[in-house]
Amino acid sequence: MIPDILNILISGIFYASILFLVSAGLQLVFGVQKIFNLACGSFYALGAYTGVSFIVAAQSLGLPPILSLIPLLLAGFSLFFIGPIIERGLLKFIYGRDDHFQLLLTFAIVLMFEDVIKFVWGTSPQLITKVYQAYGQIDILGVTFPVYNLIVILSSLIFAGLIGYMLARTKFGRIIRATADNREVSEALGVNMKMVNVKVFTLGTVLGTLGGALVIPATAAITEMGVDLIVLAFAVVVIGGLGSMKGAFFGAMIVGVLRSISVATYPELELLIIYLIVIGVLVYKPEGIFGGTGT
Amino acid sequence: MLSFMAIVLFILVLPRFGFQYASYLMLTFFGYGVAVLGWNLLFGYTGLLSFGHALFFAVGAYTLAFLMNKFSIFHMEAILLITVIISGALAALVGAICIRYTRVYFGMLTLAFNMLFYSFLLKFYYITGGDEGMNVSRPYLLGIDFLGIPKMQFLTGTYYYYAWAVLVIATLIMYGIVSSPFGHCLKAIRDNPEKATYLGIDIKRYRWYAFIISGIYTAVGGVLVAPVVGLVDPSMAYWTHSGTFVFMALLGGFVNFLGPLLGAVLYIFLQDTIMSLLYYWRFVFGAMLAFIVIAAPGGITGFIGSLMNKEETGV
Repeated sequence: MIPDILNILISGIFYASILFLVSAGLQLVFGVQKIFNLACGSFYALGAYTGVSFIVAAQSLGLPPILSLIPLLLAGFSLFFIGPIIERGLLKFIYGRDDHFQLLLTFAIVLMFEDVIKFVWGTSPQLITKVYQAYGQIDILGVTFPVYNLIVILSSLIFAGLIGYMLARTKFGRIIRATADNREVSEALGVNMKMVNVKVFTLGTVLGTLGGALVIPATAAITEMGVDLIVLAFAVVVIGGLGSMKGAFFGAMIVGVLRSISVATYPELELLIIYLIVIGVLVYKPEGIFGGTGT
Repeated sequence: MLSFMAIVLFILVLPRFGFQYASYLMLTFFGYGVAVLGWNLLFGYTGLLSFGHALFFAVGAYTLAFLMNKFSIFHMEAILLITVIISGALAALVGAICIRYTRVYFGMLTLAFNMLFYSFLLKFYYITGGDEGMNVSRPYLLGIDFLGIPKMQFLTGTYYYYAWAVLVIATLIMYGIVSSPFGHCLKAIRDNPEKATYLGIDIKRYRWYAFIISGIYTAVGGVLVAPVVGLVDPSMAYWTHSGTFVFMALLGGFVNFLGPLLGAVLYIFLQDTIMSLLYYWRFVFGAMLAFIVIAAPGGITGFIGSLMNKEETGV
């Protein structure tokens, strides 16, 4: 009984780690650019499919499965170039506009990416074998846990720490917080908004693709994964509070664990359970747990 | 008004001139026309951008399939009436939650409910037929069973006129709605919610009414399209299908009343052409939507309107 609960918890926290990465990207972009990037799910999917390709290539080059984390991280980081392309190529035209149009544009980007992915990888699910098992299991206090889950949770915590440090202690982090708070004053104080926009969006992109790449050993890459993720990412930011990093962290935990519980008990009701909580939060505390201004 | 009548007549006689395939495409236009009119009541007139209207479209289509397959109800009028009631109730429920929010939250909530329904259709296969969906045969129109006629003839003959009539009636009703005081209130809410509240308009209640009407229209659209396609399946509820309505209204122009209808007919013929040339048509449409949003947000009617304004002022 207890081992089952612990296993559900760990796999919930594992998924929460992935959700956190993608949601953190979403929150950063929303905080600074005030755009809710629907395409974060597409970046996640892109990262996942690229992760599969990198692993397949690495395995054909003879890489031992236990080192698979390296090609996965590489896959996530290597896709950073998508950020500037989309930001400079499409987003910059609609910064001043009514936010309906901003939503519509990111929606158009999602449509385009769905076909880009189909073009490169086709429509059948892509999965990699041997990697998850290669990491084996570990015995803690009589309960066995998959090692890969723990590695991802640890990586995510490290990234969370890095992001927190960056926001609190570095100049770039201060600029992010300042522009999220008050864009015009920040510009008046000399902040180069163009560079900030590109950098923040790229950071958000990489967080998304990393999340996708890291989840790949545990699940298959399927066409719907992008939109499945944005639906969950929205739940995360509603529960946690739009624009808040702490919110992304706690929201991701709640959604991740809820999802894990539901998958183990009533899989058909997974989305329903999560969204009942979303509706509850919207009714009782619409700004989310850590809602309001600031990161 | 005169040009409108001319177009009505032209479409009416299209099958007579033997344009079989074009008439077949027009059939889907009739359904999508009603559906997108409903969508634009929310966006163009009330300022609420819904990413989840495929939900209602699928509700309509599946209601028809259910009634015909499980309850042996074939009368189109009965099916339409029952669809109005069911979709109205569902829209009231979903709308009650969604219209409390605007912009991102509204859009995302509609998307979430849409995907909820999609996963319901997919997973509860013993009710809904899962990813295989359900087959749909021909409904009785005005009480008459047309099963004796070959299918294409039925579709491009009797069903064509019936669906066209439904679209015309729906358009007239919608025109009445947006020209009424209710419609003006919606526009006021869209343009300046605070001022509307100060003027005494209950914005939540009016948005809710608009949502219900919108959901009903899109569901009726689904009912009209289902017999043409012959099959209802969960892909009708997939989020990209919601994107179709968005695209149609943006393409034709969401400010003009008839804009979405123009967008619907253009989209259907465009999609047919592009799909035969290119498997990756979604990319093309995504790119077109991006272009419209960036360069011509008013769509085609908006573009024509701005050209005409230039002529009048001579600037």
